[in-house]
Amino acid sequence: MADDLRVKDSIDKDTVAAAKALESDNYEAGFSTDIETEFAPQGLSPDTVRFISSKKEEPEWLLEWRLKAYERWLTMEEPDWAMVQYDPVKYQDIHYYAAPKAGAKYDSIDDVPEEILETYKKLGIPLREAEVLLGVEGAAETAAAARETPRVAVDAVFDSVSVATTFREELKQAGVIFMSISEAVHEHPELVKKYLGSVVPQSDNFFATLNSAVFSDGTFVYVPPGVRCPMELSTYFRMNAENTGQFERTLIVADKGAYVSYLEGCTAPMRDENQLHAAVVELVALDDAEIKYSTVQNWWPGDENGKGGIYNFVTKRGDCRGVRSKISWTQVETGSAVTWKYPSCVLRGDDSVGEFYSIAVTNGRQMADTGTKMIHLGQRTRSRIISKGISAGRSDNTYRGLVSIHGKAEQARNFTQCDSLLIGGDCGAHTVPYVENRCADAQLEHEATTTKLSEDQLFYVRQRGIGEEEAVALLVNGFVRDVLQHLPMEFAVEAQSLLKVSLEGSVG
Amino acid sequence: MPVMLELKDLIASVGDDEPKTILNGLSLNVPFGEVHAIMGPNGAGKSTLSYVLTGRHGYDVLSGKALLDGDDLLEMDPEARAAAGLFLSFQYPVEIPGVPVMTFVRTAMNAQRAVRGEPEISAPDFIKQARLVANELKLTPDMLMRPLNVGFSGGEKKRLEIFQMRMLEPRFAILDETDSGLDIDALRTVAEGVNVLRDEKRGMLVITHYQRLLDYIKPDKVHVLSAGRIITSGGPELALRLEKEGYDGIVGEAA
Repeated sequence: MADDLRVKDSIDKDTVAAAKALESDNYEAGFSTDIETEFAPQGLSPDTVRFISSKKEEPEWLLEWRLKAYERWLTMEEPDWAMVQYDPVKYQDIHYYAAPKAGAKYDSIDDVPEEILETYKKLGIPLREAEVLLGVEGAAETAAAARETPRVAVDAVFDSVSVATTFREELKQAGVIFMSISEAVHEHPELVKKYLGSVVPQSDNFFATLNSAVFSDGTFVYVPPGVRCPMELSTYFRMNAENTGQFERTLIVADKGAYVSYLEGCTAPMRDENQLHAAVVELVALDDAEIKYSTVQNWWPGDENGKGGIYNFVTKRGDCRGVRSKISWTQVETGSAVTWKYPSCVLRGDDSVGEFYSIAVTNGRQMADTGTKMIHLGQRTRSRIISKGISAGRSDNTYRGLVSIHGKAEQARNFTQCDSLLIGGDCGAHTVPYVENRCADAQLEHEATTTKLSEDQLFYVRQRGIGEEEAVALLVNGFVRDVLQHLPMEFAVEAQSLLKVSLEGSVG
Repeated sequence: MPVMLELKDLIASVGDDEPKTILNGLSLNVPFGEVHAIMGPNGAGKSTLSYVLTGRHGYDVLSGKALLDGDDLLEMDPEARAAAGLFLSFQYPVEIPGVPVMTFVRTAMNAQRAVRGEPEISAPDFIKQARLVANELKLTPDMLMRPLNVGFSGGEKKRLEIFQMRMLEPRFAILDETDSGLDIDALRTVAEGVNVLRDEKRGMLVITHYQRLLDYIKPDKVHVLSAGRIITSGGPELALRLEKEGYDGIVGEAA
């Protein structure tokens, strides 16, 4: 055991050293992995769609589904209503599929190429379960509060393929299905067929339709009736290859009375070109089920002059299909050059609950237009929106949200709070709330504030001995406290340090 | 006793665009173990002095020197001055939303310790000490869990300043009008809290308009500041004379 720990120690040191050596600026995940990669031919055509589908040995119905989406996409236009500006995406220059050459499917963790395991290790995501356990023990020693740290199962998606999924056996015993969506298509076709596209229809929007045509990999989760998933589930998305896009598709179904907490993390190397990330996430909660979905998004944001960075055009929606079901989205968005993302809840079941907790940080030249939609269809449905936007540098940060109360949603309630914090004088914060109410006895509340990080506060904190960067981090953490509390603990710690790193150099 | 705080011919201005000279050749020595009071009319430069010493942005020292135990304060960032043991009890404490008092003080404490190469304080030790000090200052545990200075009354904010001072145990403290906004009971509580820190290794500068505070925090010396310099100094009796005669007489006499 002692030896193992020593090994682990040296890995950690190497990892830190490697990340340090590779880091430029503040983006620690900015390294790339040198691995032979197989691409789909550049550009988008029915052949590209067929190529992806055949790579994944998909059944005919799914190929048809994809081709239908492709046809539809050709007739659609890219949305331009968001408060963001970016160079047009050259859809014919992108590789819609990229996978490590050594084989896109690995039967066991031992078959996964060492380069990929190293990549995830550098990012702090151990894929060997033994290391996960060691990691947890190590953590418990340092943080007394972390004594009962739950284990986290990981699905690691590298470019277009899922390379490893941990703790599958243990989850299987609990009846939980946790695998890549490519595998689920083969192993649980009836579930995939039933739910895929049932929350975000193929034709929903330009980027969702594109995703439906070319989606590569992502995670599938099914929690059977009455089961409380025994551990946190997570997917870690890594974009590596050049001139690629990542088009993952995630589908999570919580059957009656089930509970699952799911975490999502993302990083990408620093590249001069903009890369497109157009994901679709669908959540379905049946009667009395609860899904908690947390994201820490740290895609490469581009350099301080706005060169490079990820276009994060994502459609995320949860359907509270059953009575008393609950879906809550928590997001910490610090990365990406441009973000266009509105994780939403359709509150269909009576007494269902939707929540959206968001921290969106923009610095440098980043632009974010993000928020949520709460669609109240059922009676006594409740929703809660807490959004904290932080703008620094020369960035723009927009909250855009819709609360829609339909005619039958008697006694529906919503509470919305949007707070913006400005750091410096060259950034912008905008709040664009839409409210539609067709029900006389609905209750809606909206609060919004915009504040500036003041020199008074900074000086006060520094006078107590806290350095400038840490002072900013402390003040920002105070500002986002209401939201951080909703993240699972390990994620909250990661989010805090991420906030600090994202805002380095924003003052002074 | 040797000099702890040494200020010599300080000339300082305020404001980035149209700088205005506020300190005009201020000299002052506070020996180890002593408490000195600075009194003076509005606009004399009392608060400017506290900001110049703590390194606030926008307060520029044009000439002169300021040494704390021989170290040049003017070379240091605000946080380095704090780590060197300099503490300012603010006239107007600033609200820090979302950051509980306990979190704030512990972060500050550990930041200072890190600079000095000392280990972090353990959570149990910290909590123990915090409870003890809070109790003396009549602050409830519940208050320590609330965001710093948010929603607290003027008097509570001043007690929280002294709470921080007691926790951080600075070598040299500047109290800027800590008595303003305090009723007589609170004044006594605060003064007792301050007096605990008086010993031969520490020094203090107490800035005030009124003699009242000095009944409780007895100064070794009183200085009168006017138009940016010390115009006269004396023992505690000088504060009593000021109370009786007002600033006009003494300022006129010195000029």
